[in-house]
Amino acid sequence: MAEWFYFFYTALPAFLNGALVTLELTAVGVLAGFVLGLASALGRVYGGRWLRWLAIGYIELFRGTPLLVQLFLVYYGLPGLGLTLDRMPSAFIALALNSGAYQAEYLRGSILAIGEGQMMAGRAIGLSRWQTIRYIILPQALRLAIPAWSNEPVSLLKSTAVAFLIAVPDLMTRAKALAVQTYDPIGAYIAVAVIYLAMVYVLDAFLKLLEERARIPGYSVEGKKA
Amino acid sequence: MAAAILPPILWALIMLIEFIRYIAAGTVTTLAVTLVALPLGLVIGLAFALAHVYGGKVLTQVMRLYSTLMRGMPPILLLFILYFIISGSINLSPFWAGSIALGVVSSAYQLEILRGAILSVGGDQMMAARAIGMSRLKAIRYVILPQALRLAIPPWSNEASIVLKDSSLVYALGVAEILRRAQQLSATTQQPFMAFGTAALIYFILVFTANRLLDYLARRTQIPANPLG
Amino acid sequence: MSQPVLVAQNLTKTYGNNVIFRNISLSVNERDTIVIVGPSGTGKSTLLRCLNLLTKADSGKIWLDGVEITDPTCCSEDECRQRIGMVFQNFLLFNHLTALDNVMIGLTKVKKMPKEQARRKAVEELERVGLVDRAGHYPGQLSGGQQQRVAIARALAMEPRVMLFDEPTSALDPELIGEVLAVMKQLAREGMTMLVVTHEMGFAREVANRMIFMEKGQILEEGTPDDLFERPKYERTRQFLWKIAELHGRKAPEENG
Repeated sequence: MAEWFYFFYTALPAFLNGALVTLELTAVGVLAGFVLGLASALGRVYGGRWLRWLAIGYIELFRGTPLLVQLFLVYYGLPGLGLTLDRMPSAFIALALNSGAYQAEYLRGSILAIGEGQMMAGRAIGLSRWQTIRYIILPQALRLAIPAWSNEPVSLLKSTAVAFLIAVPDLMTRAKALAVQTYDPIGAYIAVAVIYLAMVYVLDAFLKLLEERARIPGYSVEGKKA
Repeated sequence: MAAAILPPILWALIMLIEFIRYIAAGTVTTLAVTLVALPLGLVIGLAFALAHVYGGKVLTQVMRLYSTLMRGMPPILLLFILYFIISGSINLSPFWAGSIALGVVSSAYQLEILRGAILSVGGDQMMAARAIGMSRLKAIRYVILPQALRLAIPPWSNEASIVLKDSSLVYALGVAEILRRAQQLSATTQQPFMAFGTAALIYFILVFTANRLLDYLARRTQIPANPLG
Repeated sequence: MSQPVLVAQNLTKTYGNNVIFRNISLSVNERDTIVIVGPSGTGKSTLLRCLNLLTKADSGKIWLDGVEITDPTCCSEDECRQRIGMVFQNFLLFNHLTALDNVMIGLTKVKKMPKEQARRKAVEELERVGLVDRAGHYPGQLSGGQQQRVAIARALAMEPRVMLFDEPTSALDPELIGEVLAVMKQLAREGMTMLVVTHEMGFAREVANRMIFMEKGQILEEGTPDDLFERPKYERTRQFLWKIAELHGRKAPEENG
């Protein structure tokens, strides 16, 4: 046990560097995924026929296939089409596309929960369709989406670990290097597991706090606890 | 020579069929991994969910800890840890060690799904069953579980497609499932986009089909006008 | 005098510092129909649950047919509960079973009765509550009154020595109360031993041979319905019964007809 702690201690700087990469992957994935997700949720709900089908196609394809396959398709596949990307950009793109599809569904759910009535009321006072979405629907829908959406950053943080299979220098990759170095894979992986658990715990607590803050007193959509 | 005069679309189609045929063997492995992991996760998850809800204080705390730890780390990491523990203690092929590890990963998520379903059936049904003289065990067996398992189908089918997709992680253990076969194709044909694209297509079809089947199951087993929904 | 079926002596139940009831003693004789009334929160429901061993009393003893069932060495709780029928305020039918299966399940799984025999018995019990034509319906497809009648049939099927009713009509729409009370009156006429917590004063006056007024976890007064309605010992009893009669009483005469 003491040996393990010593080992953990000496590996700590490498682990912290890896943890930073993991957080970077998570942050970019969540933020870029949010933009993609919002656009495709709006496209799926309010878009015309073509836009709607494009959004549905994107969402369902990326939710229906493993992240790892998406990652390989970007990193190994795109060069076959003449587009060669580095490891980090490949990981960013795959994570953003993947997360975007999931975020789209959270956002779509809350947009639908707002209902037709608000759109009608907005149009009735002379706002355009886009203005109603911008000033009436989204401010409500985004708040409403928070409880369901707040699972996504934690979930994506865990998902980023597969990026070690294209040798992105994240926490998982450092663990693997150490496992090879020390011939103690179980010790190395348990060490990073502790760090992952800590990151998940902190992120989760932070999101719970955000959820608490964003709650509008007495406001919930019928049938759905906000 | 003949290939050169085929229109490109037709050429791509023929290649896709060839790719699918090559990956087919991997598809069988992917399904096998899923069909080992998912039921294993269900058995462990169900036992642990019952322990969580009906066990004493200590058992409940142990289950809570299990669930938090297992769900707090990346599945691929947990897969590795379990894989090295399993293959270090007994002599198992990567296929079996990987499938079992994946089942254990899934068990924590299935625990939460089943616990939620059991809790939403509620204590009143237990009380009504005890009132006609059923033992706790009989009440769970004949009254609580038939309702809880039905309620669990929609979230469980979501977990089923997650396990199906997560089965791609055993690629990292060298199991020749869909992704591994696609990688071999990519290396031999120098057509990486087509190879991984075909893999994605197969996964998509599998996930889509699994979802439809489980939707059908949910509709078939629905209790008419059930107040719990 | 008829035999005591269910006897409780000095039952006390507390949750933390909160006393639900203290030193309750009562005796239910063969063919008795006893109605318990009292303000809500006085522990009537908890008392019934304690009598049925669904909730453990902190102290006190309970006898069923002369055997002390609070003595853990005497018999299993499950066996005792088979002989004490219970009807709940919110019916608590098993949602995943048809009306017939709700009545059957105790017979097949607890009494281990063969399926065919259990089915015949269940049909009989549904006939008794007038719901044979609803045998194949699921609880969600039945009205509240029908659900409660099935719940009564489910309890009767176990051939209990005594039936406990915990506000059986409180969760029902007014127009559905009559059908449930009618079944209960018929049971009383057939000589079923019953202990009923209810606010239905019409039912109490017509059917009960004894009434118990409970308040703040204690039995304040007991006697025949006439005693309590016409010559209560305490002002508090008179006030409460008067208020209840005003709230619920008007419906009662119509059902009595």
